[in-house]
Amino acid sequence: MSTSSARSAHQTEEPDQAGSPMTLTADRPAAETTTAKRPAKVRRRGQSSPLATVLSHGTLLVASLVALFPVLYIAYISLGPDDNDYLHPAKIFDKMTFDNYTKVMNDTGFFTWFGNSAIVAGGTTVIGVLIAASTGYAVSRMRFPGYRQLMWTLLVTQMFPIAVLIVPMYYILSNLGMLDSYTGLILVYSATTVPYCAWLLKGYFDTIPMEIDEAGRVDGLSPIGTFWRLILPLARPGLAVAAFYSFLTAWGEVAYASTFMLSSDKYTLAVGLSSFVSEHDHQWQLMAATSVLIALPAAVVFYLVQRHLVTGLTAGAAKS
Amino acid sequence: MAVAVVQRIRLSYSKYWYAYAMIAPVVIVLGVLVGYPLVRGIYLTLTNATSLNVGRQIGVNHIPDSFDFIGLDNYADILWGPTAYDRFWSHFIWTVAWTAICVVLHYGIGLGLALLLNRKMRGRGLYRLVLILPWAVPTFVTVFSWRLMLADGGAVNGLLSFLHLPEPAWLSDPLAQKAAAILVNTWVGVPFMMISLLGGLQSIPQELYEAAEMDGASPWQRFRHVTLPGLRTVSSTVVLLGVIWTFNQFAVIFLLFGSGAPDAQILVTWAYRLGFGQQPSDYAQSATYGILLLSILIVFTTFYRRWLARNEKANG
Repeated sequence: MSTSSARSAHQTEEPDQAGSPMTLTADRPAAETTTAKRPAKVRRRGQSSPLATVLSHGTLLVASLVALFPVLYIAYISLGPDDNDYLHPAKIFDKMTFDNYTKVMNDTGFFTWFGNSAIVAGGTTVIGVLIAASTGYAVSRMRFPGYRQLMWTLLVTQMFPIAVLIVPMYYILSNLGMLDSYTGLILVYSATTVPYCAWLLKGYFDTIPMEIDEAGRVDGLSPIGTFWRLILPLARPGLAVAAFYSFLTAWGEVAYASTFMLSSDKYTLAVGLSSFVSEHDHQWQLMAATSVLIALPAAVVFYLVQRHLVTGLTAGAAKS
Repeated sequence: MAVAVVQRIRLSYSKYWYAYAMIAPVVIVLGVLVGYPLVRGIYLTLTNATSLNVGRQIGVNHIPDSFDFIGLDNYADILWGPTAYDRFWSHFIWTVAWTAICVVLHYGIGLGLALLLNRKMRGRGLYRLVLILPWAVPTFVTVFSWRLMLADGGAVNGLLSFLHLPEPAWLSDPLAQKAAAILVNTWVGVPFMMISLLGGLQSIPQELYEAAEMDGASPWQRFRHVTLPGLRTVSSTVVLLGVIWTFNQFAVIFLLFGSGAPDAQILVTWAYRLGFGQQPSDYAQSATYGILLLSILIVFTTFYRRWLARNEKANG
């Protein structure tokens, strides 16, 4: 505990600080002046002046507010029962209701679509991360003819605009008989997520010491066995980020899903709900409710993986 | 030399067989779903295909392709043809400006927040959680929320009127549309940069800061000579990815404006519009835009990496 934080606590008069000895010293005017006179260099490393602390808390608070506001706003709008409520948000407060949610869930194939989305996003996550991980491991540990070309391809693939791919993909899927099937859409999504995931995971694998592989080899594991039984369990943070990225891409995507899934019982949640909303033109309160319903599962997944995000991403970005 | 030999021995266990087996799934998926479309896309650019003359199925009748091979005419038409400025160059300039502004904002704000989050302070975990949140919201949802907020009576203009500032028509005035698009995309893109840079900051050894402080370096000097060099590898990667993703940022502009706002369309959304948003759809021109886009990015990436390599050499 630093005197600086105690001082700011004193200034904002936080009641929970009352018992701490720091507050007591800060309460004494004499102690206050000595703190102020003390030269900056005496502060321990990593601790900053009260002004800097207040400023950083202030900046972070504003930033958090900006980050949170659009999400809260749409959740709030979704509680308004009438078409034009979004124009007068203040009026919603008195008549909040969950009617929009019950309406969306009862009048649509909500649960079917939810199931479809779960299958597609889950499938993309599992398949995409698995094949990305095996590729990432190969390029991290092995040098083979074609290595540089593969890395370059992974980078270039991310540059492909969706507009160029979507029509030819449609032809291929229809030739393979994969239109309107989960497999087709899962493969398409995997193709879009795999390049980045493989890149990220390669970076993460690079940070795992080579000695572990060697130990595995000495114990008689094949390279694939080493990868599967030793490296993958160690790479959990990297895998979590890759899974998060894949899930999110597949969960909220609309353009591919609406082109490739033709029958309404195969719609994903995003496609189904947006088609429902466009039938009820400009019923924005319904659209808001559907948005919240789409965002919730993503938020759950986010909460599950967020601990790993920093470690997982760092390694991936630091070594590429 | 010795190190290289040891490494070769270490790597020798990895017979190519295993390597190819492990990359095979990705190569097959990318080859079929990305490689083939690319080849077909390039072929389409050399034709005059539109939705009226490509092969299609009407009932039981199959109508075969009837478009012609026209060589490089599409490229010539887009780059130098009549009204090329309105159709291509104006969008090109806006796309470049959009990419530059967005990436600078992403990086600048991301770095600022990462520096703040890297300090020892109370509530750091909570701040971090909240600040990454925009990344977890599907773009579809984000953009819809922003549309409500940017609408005429929405929250943004409510705030501006409260502050007695002008209230632009965000979704209809051409200049304000561009500003709105940049605003939304910044909101969407900052968390990724912030988290990546935060990771980068945490991997800089504390001893370097202690040593710098011993030598009497001011905070600015420490930032300039310890933090920034320590972030170089992370930065070069995330900036490259940022440029690629922003250049191709389809969802934000498409969902924000639909097919309106001709001035705010970047090249990707413009290409999509030619291919899908009009009747008859001009597949050939749309594909040509796509290939041009891809070429621009490849050229940029090549120069960027060469520039990085040269910098690396210069800085040891």
